[in-house]
Amino acid sequence: MNDPVVAFTGVQRWFRSRVVLRGLDLRIEPGQVYALLGRNGSGKSTALRILLGFLRPHAGQARVFGVDSNRLGPAERARIGYVGEEHRLYATMTVGGAVAFERDTRPGFRSDFVDHALQRTGLRKGQPIVRLSRGQRATLCLILAVASRPELLVCDDPALGLDVVMRREFLDALIDLLADTGCTVLFSSHFLADVERIADHVGFLHDGALVVDAPLDQLKQRVLRTTWAPRAGAAVPSGPHVLRTRQRLGGHELLLLDAPDALLAQLRATGELAPPLAPSLEELFAGLLGPEESGLLTMPFDSLRAAPAAGGL
Amino acid sequence: MLIRVDPTSAEPLFEQVVFAVKTAVARGQAQAGDKLPSVRELARDLGINPNTVVRAYEALERDGVIVRRQGAGCFLTGGGSELASAERRRQLQALLRKAATEAFHLGFTAADVEKALRQCLEQIDFGGGKESPS
Repeated sequence: MNDPVVAFTGVQRWFRSRVVLRGLDLRIEPGQVYALLGRNGSGKSTALRILLGFLRPHAGQARVFGVDSNRLGPAERARIGYVGEEHRLYATMTVGGAVAFERDTRPGFRSDFVDHALQRTGLRKGQPIVRLSRGQRATLCLILAVASRPELLVCDDPALGLDVVMRREFLDALIDLLADTGCTVLFSSHFLADVERIADHVGFLHDGALVVDAPLDQLKQRVLRTTWAPRAGAAVPSGPHVLRTRQRLGGHELLLLDAPDALLAQLRATGELAPPLAPSLEELFAGLLGPEESGLLTMPFDSLRAAPAAGGL
Repeated sequence: MLIRVDPTSAEPLFEQVVFAVKTAVARGQAQAGDKLPSVRELARDLGINPNTVVRAYEALERDGVIVRRQGAGCFLTGGGSELASAERRRQLQALLRKAATEAFHLGFTAADVEKALRQCLEQIDFGGGKESPS
Protein backbone atom coordinates (compact mmCIF):
# COMPACT_ATOMS: atom_id res chain seq x y z
CA MET A 1 0.00 0.00 0.00
CA ASN A 2 1.12 3.55 -0.65
CA ASP A 3 1.96 5.85 2.22
CA PRO A 4 -1.01 7.81 3.48
CA VAL A 5 -1.31 11.33 2.09
CA VAL A 6 -2.43 12.61 5.48
CA ALA A 7 -1.63 11.09 8.88
CA PHE A 8 -2.51 12.45 12.31
CA THR A 9 -0.96 10.51 15.17
CA GLY A 10 -2.06 11.31 18.72
CA VAL A 11 -2.44 15.01 17.95
CA GLN A 12 -3.32 17.15 20.97
CA ARG A 13 -3.89 20.85 21.12
CA TRP A 14 -5.38 23.17 23.67
CA PHE A 15 -6.03 26.88 23.84
CA ARG A 16 -5.35 28.17 27.35
CA SER A 17 -7.12 25.66 29.57
CA ARG A 18 -9.52 24.45 26.87
CA VAL A 19 -8.65 21.15 25.20
CA VAL A 20 -9.61 21.26 21.51
CA LEU A 21 -7.95 18.07 20.28
CA ARG A 22 -7.38 15.33 22.81
CA GLY A 23 -5.59 12.76 20.67
CA LEU A 24 -6.54 12.77 17.00
CA ASP A 25 -5.60 9.70 14.95
CA LEU A 26 -6.51 9.74 11.28
CA ARG A 27 -5.08 8.40 8.02
CA ILE A 28 -6.15 9.36 4.54
CA GLU A 29 -5.00 7.20 1.62
CA PRO A 30 -4.28 8.51 -1.90
CA GLY A 31 -7.43 9.24 -3.90
CA GLN A 32 -9.75 9.25 -0.90
CA VAL A 33 -12.32 12.00 -0.48
CA TYR A 34 -12.56 12.40 3.27
CA ALA A 35 -15.21 14.51 4.99
CA LEU A 36 -14.38 15.64 8.51
CA LEU A 37 -17.63 16.35 10.32
CA GLY A 38 -18.41 17.69 13.73
CA ARG A 39 -20.45 20.26 15.58
CA ASN A 40 -19.20 23.81 15.92
CA GLY A 41 -16.15 23.92 18.17
CA SER A 42 -15.40 20.22 17.76
CA GLY A 43 -11.86 20.94 16.55
CA LYS A 44 -12.20 20.57 12.77
CA SER A 45 -10.54 23.86 11.87
CA THR A 46 -7.82 23.34 14.46
CA ALA A 47 -7.03 19.92 12.96
CA LEU A 48 -6.81 21.34 9.44
CA ARG A 49 -4.66 24.26 10.57
CA ILE A 50 -2.26 21.88 12.32
CA LEU A 51 -2.12 19.72 9.21
CA LEU A 52 -1.07 22.67 7.07
CA GLY A 53 1.52 23.81 9.58
CA PHE A 54 -0.32 27.01 10.54
CA LEU A 55 -0.54 25.82 14.14
CA ARG A 56 1.70 23.56 16.22
CA PRO A 57 0.31 20.53 18.02
CA HIS A 58 1.11 20.34 21.75
CA ALA A 59 1.59 16.58 21.44
CA GLY A 60 1.59 14.08 18.62
CA GLN A 61 2.33 14.71 14.99
CA ALA A 62 0.59 15.50 11.72
CA ARG A 63 2.22 14.48 8.43
CA VAL A 64 1.46 15.37 4.82
CA PHE A 65 3.07 13.24 2.09
CA GLY A 66 5.11 11.73 4.93
CA VAL A 67 6.56 15.11 5.97
CA ASP A 68 6.01 16.60 9.41
CA SER A 69 3.52 19.48 9.08
CA ASN A 70 5.88 21.77 10.98
CA ARG A 71 8.52 21.22 8.30
CA LEU A 72 6.52 21.60 5.10
CA GLY A 73 8.70 23.26 2.50
CA PRO A 74 7.85 24.93 -0.81
CA ALA A 75 8.08 21.57 -2.61
CA GLU A 76 5.35 20.01 -0.45
CA ARG A 77 3.26 23.18 -0.31
CA ALA A 78 3.19 23.27 -4.11
CA ARG A 79 1.41 19.90 -4.01
CA ILE A 80 -1.31 21.15 -1.61
CA GLY A 81 -4.32 23.27 -2.47
CA TYR A 82 -6.10 25.01 0.38
CA VAL A 83 -9.44 26.74 0.61
CA GLY A 84 -9.90 28.39 4.00
CA GLU A 85 -13.15 29.06 5.76
CA GLU A 86 -12.67 32.80 5.46
CA HIS A 87 -11.91 32.69 1.72
CA ARG A 88 -8.98 35.03 2.22
CA LEU A 89 -7.93 37.10 -0.77
CA TYR A 90 -6.02 40.38 -0.96
CA ALA A 91 -8.63 43.09 -0.70
CA THR A 92 -6.71 45.59 -2.82
CA MET A 93 -6.51 43.25 -5.83
CA THR A 94 -8.85 42.60 -8.69
CA VAL A 95 -9.83 39.08 -9.75
CA GLY A 96 -7.19 39.28 -12.49
CA GLY A 97 -4.61 40.48 -9.98
CA ALA A 98 -5.31 37.55 -7.68
CA VAL A 99 -4.98 35.15 -10.62
CA ALA A 100 -1.65 36.73 -11.69
CA PHE A 101 -0.38 36.58 -8.11
CA GLU A 102 -1.10 32.86 -7.86
CA ARG A 103 0.26 32.18 -11.35
CA ASP A 104 3.58 33.76 -10.45
CA THR A 105 3.90 31.92 -7.14
CA ARG A 106 2.72 28.44 -8.10
CA PRO A 107 4.48 26.02 -10.42
CA GLY A 108 2.25 24.20 -12.89
CA PHE A 109 -0.42 26.88 -12.75
CA ARG A 110 -2.95 26.32 -15.57
CA SER A 111 -3.93 29.75 -16.88
CA ASP A 112 -6.21 28.26 -19.55
CA PHE A 113 -8.10 26.29 -16.90
CA VAL A 114 -8.56 29.44 -14.82
CA ASP A 115 -9.76 31.52 -17.78
CA HIS A 116 -12.28 28.84 -18.66
CA ALA A 117 -13.42 28.45 -15.04
CA LEU A 118 -13.81 32.21 -14.56
CA GLN A 119 -15.91 32.41 -17.69
CA ARG A 120 -18.09 29.51 -16.66
CA THR A 121 -18.73 30.97 -13.21
CA GLY A 122 -19.32 34.50 -14.46
CA LEU A 123 -16.32 36.11 -12.78
CA ARG A 124 -14.52 38.88 -14.67
CA LYS A 125 -10.86 39.73 -14.26
CA GLY A 126 -11.57 43.44 -13.83
CA GLN A 127 -13.80 42.93 -10.77
CA PRO A 128 -12.29 44.26 -7.52
CA ILE A 129 -12.05 41.59 -4.81
CA VAL A 130 -13.87 43.84 -2.31
CA ARG A 131 -16.95 43.87 -4.54
CA LEU A 132 -17.26 40.09 -4.77
CA SER A 133 -20.03 38.29 -2.92
CA ARG A 134 -19.11 35.62 -0.41
CA GLY A 135 -20.01 32.91 -2.90
CA GLN A 136 -17.90 34.51 -5.62
CA ARG A 137 -14.94 34.71 -3.26
CA ALA A 138 -15.35 31.03 -2.38
CA THR A 139 -15.55 30.04 -6.02
CA LEU A 140 -12.46 32.11 -6.89
CA CYS A 141 -10.55 30.55 -3.99
CA LEU A 142 -11.40 27.06 -5.18
CA ILE A 143 -10.48 27.85 -8.78
CA LEU A 144 -7.12 29.20 -7.62
CA ALA A 145 -6.56 26.28 -5.25
CA VAL A 146 -7.10 23.66 -7.94
CA ALA A 147 -5.44 25.57 -10.80
CA SER A 148 -2.09 23.91 -10.22
CA ARG A 149 -3.58 20.40 -9.95
CA PRO A 150 -2.81 19.80 -6.28
CA GLU A 151 -2.33 16.21 -5.14
CA LEU A 152 -4.06 17.11 -1.88
CA LEU A 153 -6.90 19.59 -1.60
CA VAL A 154 -7.82 20.76 1.91
CA CYS A 155 -11.04 22.75 2.32
CA ASP A 156 -12.23 24.16 5.63
CA ASP A 157 -16.01 24.34 5.41
CA PRO A 158 -15.86 25.60 1.84
CA ALA A 159 -19.62 25.82 1.43
CA LEU A 160 -20.20 28.04 4.46
CA GLY A 161 -22.17 31.11 3.43
CA LEU A 162 -22.82 29.87 -0.10
CA ASP A 163 -26.33 29.65 -1.49
CA VAL A 164 -27.65 26.46 -3.05
CA VAL A 165 -26.61 27.37 -6.60
CA MET A 166 -23.12 28.42 -5.52
CA ARG A 167 -22.73 25.19 -3.55
CA ARG A 168 -23.68 23.18 -6.61
CA GLU A 169 -21.11 25.11 -8.67
CA PHE A 170 -18.50 24.47 -6.03
CA LEU A 171 -19.39 20.78 -6.11
CA ASP A 172 -19.09 20.75 -9.91
CA ALA A 173 -15.63 22.31 -9.70
CA LEU A 174 -14.62 19.65 -7.19
CA ILE A 175 -16.02 16.86 -9.38
CA ASP A 176 -14.05 18.20 -12.34
CA LEU A 177 -10.88 18.24 -10.27
CA LEU A 178 -11.42 14.67 -9.14
CA ALA A 179 -12.16 13.53 -12.69
CA ASP A 180 -9.03 15.29 -13.97
CA THR A 181 -6.51 14.31 -11.37
CA GLY A 182 -7.79 11.73 -8.88
CA CYS A 183 -6.59 14.12 -6.23
CA THR A 184 -6.98 13.37 -2.49
CA VAL A 185 -9.43 15.63 -0.73
CA LEU A 186 -9.89 16.43 2.94
CA PHE A 187 -12.74 18.79 3.72
CA SER A 188 -14.86 19.78 6.65
CA SER A 189 -18.47 20.66 6.11
CA HIS A 190 -21.84 21.26 7.67
CA PHE A 191 -23.68 20.43 4.47
CA LEU A 192 -24.26 16.74 4.88
CA ALA A 193 -26.22 16.40 1.65
CA ASP A 194 -23.10 17.52 -0.25
CA VAL A 195 -20.93 15.19 1.81
CA GLU A 196 -23.16 12.24 0.88
CA ARG A 197 -22.63 12.96 -2.79
CA ILE A 198 -18.91 13.38 -2.84
CA ALA A 199 -17.21 11.77 0.17
CA ASP A 200 -16.15 8.15 0.26
CA HIS A 201 -14.96 8.30 3.88
CA VAL A 202 -16.37 10.27 6.80
CA GLY A 203 -15.00 11.08 10.23
CA PHE A 204 -17.07 12.46 13.11
CA LEU A 205 -15.01 14.65 15.38
CA HIS A 206 -16.51 15.00 18.82
CA ASP A 207 -15.02 16.51 21.93
CA GLY A 208 -11.53 16.57 20.41
CA ALA A 209 -11.39 12.98 19.17
CA LEU A 210 -12.63 10.99 16.21
CA VAL A 211 -15.62 8.91 17.28
CA VAL A 212 -16.48 7.62 13.82
CA ASP A 213 -13.99 6.94 11.02
CA ALA A 214 -15.40 4.72 8.30
CA PRO A 215 -16.20 4.36 4.61
CA LEU A 216 -19.56 6.09 4.06
CA ASP A 217 -21.12 3.07 2.30
CA GLN A 218 -20.17 0.83 5.18
CA LEU A 219 -21.43 3.25 7.80
CA LYS A 220 -24.83 3.50 6.15
CA GLN A 221 -25.17 -0.23 5.78
CA ARG A 222 -24.14 -1.11 9.31
CA VAL A 223 -26.29 1.38 11.19
CA LEU A 224 -30.08 1.08 11.42
CA ARG A 225 -32.51 3.59 12.81
CA THR A 226 -35.84 2.57 14.23
CA THR A 227 -38.44 3.47 16.82
CA TRP A 228 -39.62 1.09 19.48
CA ALA A 229 -42.59 1.40 21.82
CA PRO A 230 -41.91 -1.00 24.67
CA ARG A 231 -44.65 -2.85 26.48
CA ALA A 232 -44.90 -2.15 30.22
CA GLY A 233 -41.87 -3.48 32.05
CA ALA A 234 -39.66 -4.04 28.98
CA ALA A 235 -36.09 -2.87 29.52
CA VAL A 236 -34.50 -0.40 27.12
CA PRO A 237 -31.91 -2.35 25.12
CA SER A 238 -28.21 -1.80 25.61
CA GLY A 239 -24.97 -3.51 24.65
CA PRO A 240 -22.48 -3.32 21.81
CA HIS A 241 -25.18 -3.25 19.10
CA VAL A 242 -26.99 -0.26 20.55
CA LEU A 243 -25.29 3.00 19.62
CA ARG A 244 -27.86 5.32 21.15
CA THR A 245 -31.31 5.34 22.58
CA ARG A 246 -33.40 8.44 22.92
CA GLN A 247 -36.73 8.91 24.65
CA ARG A 248 -39.48 9.98 22.27
CA LEU A 249 -43.20 10.50 22.74
CA GLY A 250 -44.62 7.01 23.16
CA GLY A 251 -41.35 5.17 22.74
CA HIS A 252 -37.65 5.24 22.04
CA GLU A 253 -35.62 6.09 18.99
CA LEU A 254 -32.85 3.54 18.54
CA LEU A 255 -29.64 3.62 16.53
CA LEU A 256 -28.35 0.08 16.11
CA LEU A 257 -24.99 -1.11 14.85
CA ASP A 258 -24.71 -4.45 12.98
CA ALA A 259 -28.04 -5.36 14.58
CA PRO A 260 -28.30 -9.16 14.85
CA ASP A 261 -31.65 -10.80 14.06
CA ALA A 262 -31.88 -11.97 17.67
CA LEU A 263 -31.87 -8.37 18.92
CA LEU A 264 -34.58 -7.33 16.45
CA ALA A 265 -36.63 -10.39 17.40
CA GLN A 266 -36.25 -9.52 21.07
CA LEU A 267 -37.41 -5.93 20.42
CA ARG A 268 -40.42 -7.22 18.46
CA ALA A 269 -41.28 -9.58 21.30
CA THR A 270 -41.14 -6.88 23.97
CA GLY A 271 -42.76 -3.98 22.16
CA GLU A 272 -43.88 -2.42 18.91
CA LEU A 273 -40.90 -2.09 16.53
CA ALA A 274 -41.09 0.11 13.44
CA PRO A 275 -39.35 -1.34 10.35
CA PRO A 276 -35.65 -0.49 10.82
CA LEU A 277 -34.33 1.84 8.12
CA ALA A 278 -30.88 2.95 7.14
CA PRO A 279 -30.36 6.51 8.34
CA SER A 280 -29.32 9.35 6.08
CA LEU A 281 -26.02 10.94 7.01
CA GLU A 282 -27.89 13.81 8.64
CA GLU A 283 -29.94 11.44 10.80
CA LEU A 284 -26.80 9.56 11.69
CA PHE A 285 -24.98 12.74 12.64
CA ALA A 286 -27.82 14.15 14.73
CA GLY A 287 -28.45 10.74 16.27
CA LEU A 288 -24.86 10.11 17.28
CA LEU A 289 -23.78 13.62 18.24
CA GLY A 290 -27.05 15.17 19.35
CA PRO A 291 -27.69 15.99 23.00
CA GLU A 292 -28.58 13.05 25.17
CA GLU A 293 -29.18 12.99 28.91
CA SER A 294 -27.40 9.67 29.30
CA GLY A 295 -24.32 10.98 27.51
CA LEU A 296 -22.43 9.40 24.65
CA LEU A 297 -22.05 5.67 24.67
CA THR A 298 -18.43 5.69 23.70
CA MET A 299 -17.80 1.97 23.75
CA PRO A 300 -19.62 0.81 20.61
CA PHE A 301 -18.12 3.62 18.56
CA ASP A 302 -14.77 1.91 18.58
CA SER A 303 -16.07 -0.63 16.12
CA LEU A 304 -17.05 2.18 13.76
CA ARG A 305 -13.47 3.32 13.68
CA ALA A 306 -12.09 0.03 12.49
CA ALA A 307 -11.31 1.07 8.94
CA PRO A 308 -10.41 -2.09 6.99
CA ALA A 309 -6.70 -2.66 6.71
CA ALA A 310 -6.93 -2.90 2.92
CA GLY A 311 -7.96 0.76 2.88
CA GLY A 312 -11.46 0.38 1.54
CA LEU A 313 -14.65 -1.50 1.47
CA MET B 1 -31.05 6.13 -20.75
CA LEU B 2 -31.99 8.01 -17.61
CA ILE B 3 -29.73 7.35 -14.62
CA ARG B 4 -30.85 8.71 -11.27
CA VAL B 5 -29.52 8.13 -7.77
CA ASP B 6 -30.55 9.03 -4.23
CA PRO B 7 -27.49 10.03 -2.18
CA THR B 8 -29.44 9.81 1.08
CA SER B 9 -30.33 6.16 0.50
CA ALA B 10 -28.45 3.46 2.40
CA GLU B 11 -27.69 1.64 -0.82
CA PRO B 12 -24.13 2.49 -1.90
CA LEU B 13 -24.13 5.05 -4.70
CA PHE B 14 -22.09 2.86 -7.05
CA GLU B 15 -24.64 0.05 -6.67
CA GLN B 16 -27.42 2.50 -7.45
CA VAL B 17 -25.66 3.47 -10.69
CA VAL B 18 -25.14 -0.21 -11.58
CA PHE B 19 -28.78 -0.98 -10.91
CA ALA B 20 -30.01 2.04 -12.89
CA VAL B 21 -28.07 0.90 -15.97
CA LYS B 22 -29.23 -2.70 -15.60
CA THR B 23 -32.81 -1.50 -15.18
CA ALA B 24 -32.64 0.61 -18.32
CA VAL B 25 -31.42 -2.41 -20.29
CA ALA B 26 -34.00 -4.77 -18.76
CA ARG B 27 -36.86 -2.40 -19.54
CA GLY B 28 -35.71 -1.91 -23.12
CA GLN B 29 -34.91 1.79 -22.58
CA ALA B 30 -31.37 1.18 -23.84
CA GLN B 31 -30.04 -1.19 -26.48
CA ALA B 32 -26.86 -3.02 -27.37
CA GLY B 33 -24.29 -0.64 -28.78
CA ASP B 34 -25.62 2.40 -26.91
CA LYS B 35 -22.82 4.52 -25.50
CA LEU B 36 -22.78 5.31 -21.81
CA PRO B 37 -21.97 8.85 -20.66
CA SER B 38 -18.32 9.43 -19.83
CA VAL B 39 -17.30 9.21 -16.18
CA ARG B 40 -17.05 12.97 -15.92
CA GLU B 41 -20.38 13.60 -17.67
CA LEU B 42 -22.26 11.21 -15.41
CA ALA B 43 -20.47 12.38 -12.24
CA ARG B 44 -21.40 15.97 -13.03
CA ASP B 45 -24.93 15.11 -14.05
CA LEU B 46 -25.56 13.21 -10.81
CA GLY B 47 -23.37 15.51 -8.70
CA ILE B 48 -21.36 12.61 -7.30
CA ASN B 49 -17.74 11.59 -6.93
CA PRO B 50 -16.23 10.43 -10.28
CA ASN B 51 -14.57 7.54 -8.40
CA THR B 52 -18.06 6.22 -7.66
CA VAL B 53 -18.92 6.20 -11.36
CA VAL B 54 -15.63 4.45 -12.16
CA ARG B 55 -16.48 1.77 -9.60
CA ALA B 56 -19.95 1.33 -11.09
CA TYR B 57 -18.61 1.01 -14.64
CA GLU B 58 -16.02 -1.52 -13.47
CA ALA B 59 -18.76 -3.61 -11.87
CA LEU B 60 -20.89 -3.39 -15.02
CA GLU B 61 -17.93 -4.47 -17.12
CA ARG B 62 -17.28 -7.41 -14.80
CA ASP B 63 -20.93 -8.45 -15.12
CA GLY B 64 -20.68 -8.30 -18.92
CA VAL B 65 -23.28 -5.52 -19.21
CA ILE B 66 -20.87 -3.07 -20.83
CA VAL B 67 -17.59 -3.19 -22.71
CA ARG B 68 -14.90 -0.57 -22.55
CA ARG B 69 -13.32 0.40 -25.86
CA GLN B 70 -10.02 2.18 -25.41
CA GLY B 71 -10.43 5.87 -26.10
CA ALA B 72 -14.01 5.51 -27.30
CA GLY B 73 -15.85 4.96 -24.02
CA CYS B 74 -18.21 2.36 -22.61
CA PHE B 75 -20.93 0.62 -24.61
CA LEU B 76 -23.81 -1.67 -23.72
CA THR B 77 -23.24 -5.24 -24.85
CA GLY B 78 -26.96 -6.00 -24.84
CA GLY B 79 -26.12 -9.45 -23.56
CA GLY B 80 -26.79 -10.41 -20.00
CA SER B 81 -24.34 -11.91 -17.64
CA GLU B 82 -21.49 -14.01 -19.01
CA LEU B 83 -21.27 -16.00 -15.82
CA ALA B 84 -21.53 -19.77 -15.92
CA SER B 85 -25.08 -21.03 -15.83
CA ALA B 86 -24.73 -22.70 -12.44
CA GLU B 87 -23.51 -19.46 -10.91
CA ARG B 88 -26.26 -17.50 -12.60
CA ARG B 89 -28.86 -19.91 -11.29
CA ARG B 90 -27.39 -19.62 -7.80
CA GLN B 91 -27.60 -15.83 -7.95
CA LEU B 92 -31.21 -15.99 -9.15
CA GLN B 93 -32.11 -18.28 -6.25
CA ALA B 94 -30.44 -15.93 -3.77
CA LEU B 95 -32.30 -12.90 -5.14
CA LEU B 96 -35.69 -14.63 -5.01
CA ARG B 97 -35.04 -16.06 -1.56
CA LYS B 98 -34.23 -12.60 -0.27
CA ALA B 99 -37.37 -11.12 -1.82
CA ALA B 100 -39.52 -13.96 -0.47
CA THR B 101 -38.07 -13.58 3.03
CA GLU B 102 -38.61 -9.83 3.13
CA ALA B 103 -42.15 -10.27 1.75
CA PHE B 104 -42.92 -12.76 4.53
CA HIS B 105 -41.81 -10.25 7.15
CA LEU B 106 -43.95 -7.58 5.53
CA GLY B 107 -46.89 -9.91 6.13
CA PHE B 108 -47.69 -11.08 2.57
CA THR B 109 -48.94 -14.50 1.51
CA ALA B 110 -47.36 -16.69 -1.16
CA ALA B 111 -50.23 -15.77 -3.51
CA ASP B 112 -49.54 -12.03 -2.98
CA VAL B 113 -45.88 -12.56 -3.82
CA GLU B 114 -46.63 -14.58 -6.96
CA LYS B 115 -48.99 -11.90 -8.20
CA ALA B 116 -46.47 -9.12 -7.50
CA LEU B 117 -43.69 -11.07 -9.21
CA ARG B 118 -45.84 -11.56 -12.31
CA GLN B 119 -46.46 -7.80 -12.43
CA CYS B 120 -42.73 -7.14 -12.23
CA LEU B 121 -42.00 -9.64 -14.98
CA GLU B 122 -44.52 -7.99 -17.29
CA GLN B 123 -42.55 -4.73 -17.12
CA ILE B 124 -39.40 -6.37 -18.43
CA ASP B 125 -38.66 -7.47 -21.96
CA PHE B 126 -36.86 -10.76 -21.51
CA GLY B 127 -36.65 -11.63 -25.22
CA GLY B 128 -35.26 -15.12 -25.72
CA GLY B 129 -33.18 -15.22 -22.57
CA LYS B 130 -30.15 -17.42 -22.21
CA GLU B 131 -31.90 -20.41 -20.74
CA SER B 132 -34.89 -20.95 -18.56
CA PRO B 133 -33.97 -21.95 -15.04
CA SER B 134 -35.39 -25.35 -14.25
